Amino acid sequence: MSPDTVPQKSRAWVRYSLSQRVVRFIFYFLFVAVVVQSIRQIEVIPEFLLDAPEQMADLFGRMWPVDWAHYSGSVHDALIETIHIATLGTIISVLLAVPIGLLAANNLTPNRLINTFARLILVSSRSVNSLVWALLFIAIFGPGPLAGTMAIAFRSIGFVGKLVGEAIEEAQKGSIEALISVGANTGAQIQYGYWPQIKPAFWSIVLLRWDINVRESAVLGLVGAGGIGMALDTALNLFQWDRVAVILISIFVIVILAEVIITRIRQKIL
Amino acid sequence: MSLKAKLGVLLGVVYVIYASAQLDVTLARFIAGLGHAGTFLNRMFPPSFERYNLLIKGLTESLEIAVLASTLGIFLALPLGLLGARNLMPGWASWPARAIVAFCRALHPVIVAILFVKAVGFGALAGVLALTVASIGFIGKLFTEAIEEISLKQVEAVRATGASFANVIIFSVLPQVFPRFIGFCTYQFDSNLRNSTMVGIVGAGGIGGTLFSAFQRFDYDFVCAILISIITLIMLGEFLASVIRRVFLENLTVTELFKGKPSAVSVTKVQS
Repeated sequence: MSPDTVPQKSRAWVRYSLSQRVVRFIFYFLFVAVVVQSIRQIEVIPEFLLDAPEQMADLFGRMWPVDWAHYSGSVHDALIETIHIATLGTIISVLLAVPIGLLAANNLTPNRLINTFARLILVSSRSVNSLVWALLFIAIFGPGPLAGTMAIAFRSIGFVGKLVGEAIEEAQKGSIEALISVGANTGAQIQYGYWPQIKPAFWSIVLLRWDINVRESAVLGLVGAGGIGMALDTALNLFQWDRVAVILISIFVIVILAEVIITRIRQKIL
Repeated sequence: MSLKAKLGVLLGVVYVIYASAQLDVTLARFIAGLGHAGTFLNRMFPPSFERYNLLIKGLTESLEIAVLASTLGIFLALPLGLLGARNLMPGWASWPARAIVAFCRALHPVIVAILFVKAVGFGALAGVLALTVASIGFIGKLFTEAIEEISLKQVEAVRATGASFANVIIFSVLPQVFPRFIGFCTYQFDSNLRNSTMVGIVGAGGIGGTLFSAFQRFDYDFVCAILISIITLIMLGEFLASVIRRVFLENLTVTELFKGKPSAVSVTKVQS
């Protein structure tokens, strides 16, 4: 458009058109409206809120001195159990998630119906929280680490499957076309074409999920699914805050350790 | 397969057997469980929406928890994230900010919720505070990383005009990280929505409490109804988040919002 056809008034530069600004305004407005509505609706008991600093002081007062002797009692075994739940859960989830991820990747499985079905499985796996999965598996297998392991495995399917599927979809076509041209079947295409390409992504996904699973498996015991959460639940129910403190500190340490371990492994293999 | 890969697989198998033995995971229990699963699923269907009052009340409370926790978390994470950026701030400011953010991230939201239930009593407030802490941990960390990756040329240009520190932040730093910031916020809202359906299990408000008691009373048909509602709510939340991302990142107009516009930029990927 040449400048002289534009009326003088509208030549001032604006970043967004009127319509774009209206849309943005609508969203800002909705945001404020929802926040205001939430503040008005939500039940806050003022006495409890005013009481909070006192309660916190009381809490830390009861936690101190920390009952370190409790660690060698039952906390250590529960901690090991937690790590086993996280690791075994991650292994099972990888075994289940990789086939679903392969089915969800459109370039490997060029069938929209199968893709959608696989994605539906992945979305439902992710939408249900690991604690809820744990409740479901407790109803099936009874309380204990088996339920926890299955909960971790099923919760992770969505995460691992989705990211593996995306990694496969992002794979370069060149080497795969070369394999097809020499008559390689799907198995060989995966082994020699896709696998070398997605290998770094695959290991970082697995490590990341393991790290998340260590955190998650620490709380599964609150609903009875094994691990250190069970010890935490017992200590909480008995108001043994000095033991709660030991358990919280050990969870904190194990989470930090898991993060350090995956960072080290990642630096080494990637 | 190479020898190394074979060894790896062997080690994996040995570990699985060892860990299964440690956890008392046996085939017999597994098979017995499959029988229970049949009965369980049988009792779940058809889902019962009879107590929809309870259901709607719980879901609204979860939604309110998610909204307030995200808002509070974002507002608190902004200054912390800015302080933590080592390319803009001196060490004495960035270390404490980073430590606070790392501490917020280290503990699982449910554990934080337990502590807040003790501090402010049962109810939604504990849930809001717990998820606020989780939001600070997540957004604070990503915001810091985003700021550390900005181009310093624009910062220098604005500084060269004699702008004050606040103006440098507002006109050269924030515009560069705004798109990613919107991505983190919508992702965190999503994640808070998921977690707000769960903190109720420890008494911190929302639908989780209803779900947990339905489980304990073996009302599996009501459990099924709650689960269906949660999944629907989360999918709606995901849809809303993707609309918000498109409005702010692709500058949709009114007509494009309703008629749809082919998505040019793929939705910002954020790994949890």
